[in-house]
Amino acid sequence: MALSRRTLLGLAAGVPVSAALAACGSSGPGKSGGATYWYLNGQPQEGVRASAVAAFNKAHPKEQIKDTTYQNDAYKTKIKTAIGAGRAPTVIWGWGGGTLRTYVEAGQVEDLTPWFEEHSEIKKGLFPSSFGAATVDGKIYAMPCETVQPIILYYNRKVFEQVGVKPPQSWDDIMALVPRFNAKGIAPFALGGQSRWTNMMWLEFLFDRIGGSEVFQAIAEGEKNAWSNPAAITALTKVQELVKARGFVKGFSSITADSNADQALLYTGRAAMMLHGAWSYGIQQADGKDFVSSGGLGYMTFPPVEGGKGDPSDTVGNPAQYLSISSKAGAEQKKTAKDFFATGVLQDAEVQKWIDNGSVPIRLGTEKLLAASKSADFLKFTYDIASKAKVFAQSWDQALSPTAAETLLDNIVKLFQLSVSPQQFADNLNAVTAK
Amino acid sequence: MSALTGHPRPREARGVLPWLAAPALVLFVGFAVIPLFGVFALSFTTWDGIGAIRPSGLTSWRKVLTNPGLPHALWVTFLVMAVSWAVQTPLSILLGTFLAGRQRYRAVLGVVYFIPLMLSSAAIAIAYKALLDPNFGLGAGLKIHALSQDWLGRPGLAFGVVVFVVSWQFIPFHSLIYQGGVQQIPKSLYEAAQLDGAGRIRQFFSITLPQLKYTIITSSTLMVVGSLTFFDLIFVLTEGGPGDATRVLALDMYKRGFQASLMGPASAIAVILVLLGLSLALLLRRLGGRDAGASQLEGV
Repeated sequence: MALSRRTLLGLAAGVPVSAALAACGSSGPGKSGGATYWYLNGQPQEGVRASAVAAFNKAHPKEQIKDTTYQNDAYKTKIKTAIGAGRAPTVIWGWGGGTLRTYVEAGQVEDLTPWFEEHSEIKKGLFPSSFGAATVDGKIYAMPCETVQPIILYYNRKVFEQVGVKPPQSWDDIMALVPRFNAKGIAPFALGGQSRWTNMMWLEFLFDRIGGSEVFQAIAEGEKNAWSNPAAITALTKVQELVKARGFVKGFSSITADSNADQALLYTGRAAMMLHGAWSYGIQQADGKDFVSSGGLGYMTFPPVEGGKGDPSDTVGNPAQYLSISSKAGAEQKKTAKDFFATGVLQDAEVQKWIDNGSVPIRLGTEKLLAASKSADFLKFTYDIASKAKVFAQSWDQALSPTAAETLLDNIVKLFQLSVSPQQFADNLNAVTAK
Repeated sequence: MSALTGHPRPREARGVLPWLAAPALVLFVGFAVIPLFGVFALSFTTWDGIGAIRPSGLTSWRKVLTNPGLPHALWVTFLVMAVSWAVQTPLSILLGTFLAGRQRYRAVLGVVYFIPLMLSSAAIAIAYKALLDPNFGLGAGLKIHALSQDWLGRPGLAFGVVVFVVSWQFIPFHSLIYQGGVQQIPKSLYEAAQLDGAGRIRQFFSITLPQLKYTIITSSTLMVVGSLTFFDLIFVLTEGGPGDATRVLALDMYKRGFQASLMGPASAIAVILVLLGLSLALLLRRLGGRDAGASQLEGV
C-alpha cells in the first residue's frame, strides 16, 4: 500500500471536482433566443403559472418563454447565485422588498417605471397596496402578480368539536386551549419549524398585536435597539411560553414546510390549528380529500393579545408576488418579457384559476368572480383582510436585507428551541438591523 | 501524479507517464487550483454575491474569527469526524475481514452490503428524513413507541442520526478497501501461526491488524478528509439543525455565502476548510511513519 502525497492530495481534491462538475449541469440562459422564466413548483400554484406561460406561448408564436420550476427554499439561494453570476432568467419571480432592493442596488433589474407610465391601465388594474414592495427609492422595479397572501389562523373544526372547545378569541384563549388538546393527544398547533419562516409568522403577529405595527417599522428602518422595545421582549417571551406549554407539534423543528407535512397534520386531525399563508387553503383542498369540501377547515384572523396596542385588523404576509426583468437580458428577451407582463400576466383564464384554487388574485374588480366561486366564503374572508387591513406588513424575511434576514431566521429557530432568551435574541438582532 | 514514490521504474516508461497525467492535471487545475486562488482572493473582499466585489482587507477574516459560530462549527465538524471515524473503522475492518473469506455466501453478502454506496447522499437523506419523521415516519406508522422519537428535532439525537447515516453510507466502501487489504496478506503467515497454535482471535490481532496498517491509514485519511466535505447529506437531513446542532463547517460556509449573502466571510471559511483538510491528510501520513512505502513483509 504505497500512496504518494500527491495521490492523496488528488483524492482530497477529487471530491470538490466532482461536486463542481455536478453543479455545472444546469445550463444558464443565453442572451439571444426566447425569454426564460423561473418560478416555484408545488401544486396547485405551479399549474396556474405553467398554464399562463403556455397560453402566452400559444398566442405569440414568435415570442417564446421557457419556464423552469424550483422548490421554494432552494429557489431563494438559486436565484441569488444565478443573478450574481450574470446567468439570471429574463423574468425573475420574487417577493419584492429587501431582496429586490439588493438586486436594484447591484443594477441587476430593469427599471419598470417608464413602462408603467406608458401602460398606466395595467397599473390601475392592480391592488394599489401591491406596489409598495415593488418600489425601491420611488421607482418601480417589479410587476406585482398572482395573489394576495395574508397569514391566516386555520383550525380543524372536527377536532374542535371532538374536544368540545371553541376557536380562540384572544391569546389567553390560545394558552387555555393548549392543555385541552394535549390531554387528548392532539397537537395544538402544526408547525414546519425547520423552514424557519414558519416560526417567524408567529412573531410577526405577536409583535403587531402587542406593540402595534410601529415596532417592526422601527426595526425595518434601522432604528437602534429597536428589538429591545418592551413590546418585542413581551412577544418573544410569549412565544417561548407557548413552546414550553407544548403548544407546537412534537418534532416541529425537524418538519419542513416544503414537504407539506405541517398541512397534513392539520387535515388528518393530528393537529388542531396552524398559522400559515393564504396559499395553504389550496393545499388543504388539493391534498386533504374531502377535508375542505365537507367544511372541516376553519379559518380566522390572529386574535388580539390582552392589553396589546395593535389593531386586530392588521395583517402580515405577501401583498403580492413580483416579476422583475433582468437588466442583463437581451433586447429581444426584454421585449418578450414586457409583452408577457402586458398580455400574459393575470389574464382572465389565470385569474379564474387562482380563484378556483381558493386565492384572491391582485387584479381589481374580481368581486363577482370571487362570489361565484365554490370557495366564496374563504375568498371573501381573504379579500376583506387584504382590503380592510389598517396595515398589511410584508413578511419580515422579505422586508429585511438578505444578511439581516438570515440572522433573524437563525435566531428565531434558537428562540423556538429555547436555546436563547428573549433578551439575547434582541441583542443578537440589534447588532445586525441597526443602521 | 506521476510515479509512485520509492519504486524504481523501467526507463522507457518515464517519458510517457507524465503525459498520461495531463487530462487529470488539466481538470485539477481548472476545477480545484484556480477556484482555490479565487476563493483566497475573495476572502479579502466584501461581496453580496450580486453586486460589485469590493476589496476590504481583513474585514471578512476578522468577522469570521470573532464570530462565536466558528468555534462551534469547528467543534461539530471535529465531533462528526471523530465519532464517525470511531464507528466506521472497527466495523469496516471486521466486515472487510469477514468478506475476505473465499466462501461463496460471503461474496453474496458482500454485494448486499455494497448497496448503500450506490445511492446518492441526497436520496439517502430524503429517505431517512421520511423514515424518522416524528408524526408520519416509521415509528408512528408501525406504532413502535421506541422508534417515534423526535430524531432530528433534538440536538443530541440529531447528531447521532447524522453519524449513523454517514456510517451506514460509507462502511461498505471502507469494508471493500479492507477486504482488498486482507486478501493481500500472504496465506503463509496464517499457516505459520496455526502451526504455532494461534487461535482465530490471536491471528486477527497479531497478523491481520498489523498487516492492515497502511490500509487503515488510507481508509482513515479518506474518512477524515471526506468528513470535512459532508454537506449534501446533512443539508437535506437537518439543514444544520436543530438550531446549529449539526452545523458543520461546510454548511456554515454555505449558509453564510449563499443564504446570508456574505461571500467574503464564506470564502474565509472555505480557506480554513482547505487548510484543515491538507494538514489532516499530512498528519495522517506522518502517523504512518517516515517511509510509507516500506514493506511489511520483511522476512517472509
